[in-house]
Amino acid sequence: MALQLEIVTPMQRALSTECDEVRLPGAEGSFGVLPGHTSILSVLKAGALFMRTGSESHTYALGEGFAEVSGDHVRVLVEEAQRADEIDLALAQKQLAEHQAKFGSMKSDDPDYDRMRAQVERAAARALVASKK
Amino acid sequence: MATLRSIRTRIKSVRSMQKITKAMKMVAASKLRRAQDAVVRARPYAHAIEEMLAQVLSERDESGEAAHPLFEQRKAKKVEVVMLTSDRGSCGSFNSNVLRRGQRFVTEESGNYESIRFATIGRRGRDYAKKRGLNTRKDYAGLFGKLKFSMANEIANDLIAQFESGEVDQVFVLFNEFKSAISQKLTMVQLLPIVPPTAKAKAVAESAVKLAPHIFEPSREDVLSALVPRQLSMQIWRALLESEASEHGARMTAMGAATKNAGEMIGRLTLQYNRARQAAITKELMEIVSGAEALK
Repeated sequence: MALQLEIVTPMQRALSTECDEVRLPGAEGSFGVLPGHTSILSVLKAGALFMRTGSESHTYALGEGFAEVSGDHVRVLVEEAQRADEIDLALAQKQLAEHQAKFGSMKSDDPDYDRMRAQVERAAARALVASKK
Repeated sequence: MATLRSIRTRIKSVRSMQKITKAMKMVAASKLRRAQDAVVRARPYAHAIEEMLAQVLSERDESGEAAHPLFEQRKAKKVEVVMLTSDRGSCGSFNSNVLRRGQRFVTEESGNYESIRFATIGRRGRDYAKKRGLNTRKDYAGLFGKLKFSMANEIANDLIAQFESGEVDQVFVLFNEFKSAISQKLTMVQLLPIVPPTAKAKAVAESAVKLAPHIFEPSREDVLSALVPRQLSMQIWRALLESEASEHGARMTAMGAATKNAGEMIGRLTLQYNRARQAAITKELMEIVSGAEALK
């Protein structure tokens, strides 16, 4: 029995497909889902989603969000999702460096502190995913 | 009687105006298509958030724990209305409908609340509020045309901060809901405190939960406190998209009507022009004929 994977963002349904295995960037560490996984509702942090169908596999860079596993349904709800081969590595690395520089000079009581940290994490996820493609 | 030359210049100016309105109509039509698409594509996310929230809540209900602070119903003394207008004009009654409704809310409801204030999205709303001296806390302008979900997040976080600090007890959003290219429905919904999911969504969630209760990662509270603000973002996101699609629809209709009116006006002016020309020719002929008569 295969898994039904769905990636949904506010912009669009980014992906809806069958696959054999999914690995998700959970808030408490990455976790894998195989058919027959128990029902779970997890908070996701920005990171890499790995999916495999047979011998074919893809990686996506995700923004923060949620994942729900119910039966053989995996529903991923994130603010952004980009497939590895759609990401420009050079651009991703440049953005990461820019965000890091900005974040590094911020104080922890800055009202934009959390937002900036989220941006750094997203950029890091993009750069990581792109570098592995 | 208008001279031939003055009629000709008028026809020319109406014609160039018609060209502009026609172009605006076509631009609006193509933007409408994209905006409409965005509304449709945002739906799966909205459904998914609602469902997840209903699920988490129904599992919470069993244990009888306290709800998330954003569900807290307080006696509504201070109320805020978020009004969505467009950045540009030439879109018929699109903006005036929203603004009139906002104004009516003040006159009708000011007895029921201690204070009513506004947050405006869109330049038109900001300018109106400034001119009319409406009590506005915040204005966002220049968002449309390049909407991003992070904007909805930002607005949501700002509202949450206001609500949590007790600056405001109840928040509404007022926007044009997209019905079709030619019709918009003025809609006002409560954003905060968050309206719990409907009974139907709850029932679906409960039956799902009975089949397979979820494990929560990191914990039920963490999931809930991450999910609830995003539900608010999603509602704002939806209002933004609906409003943008409605704006283009309204502009398309308004500009279509303007193009038609200009066409009618050109027709009328052309008739007038021909009549004047004919009168001039007749007059000249009469002069020639009477001149010839006089020579006899």
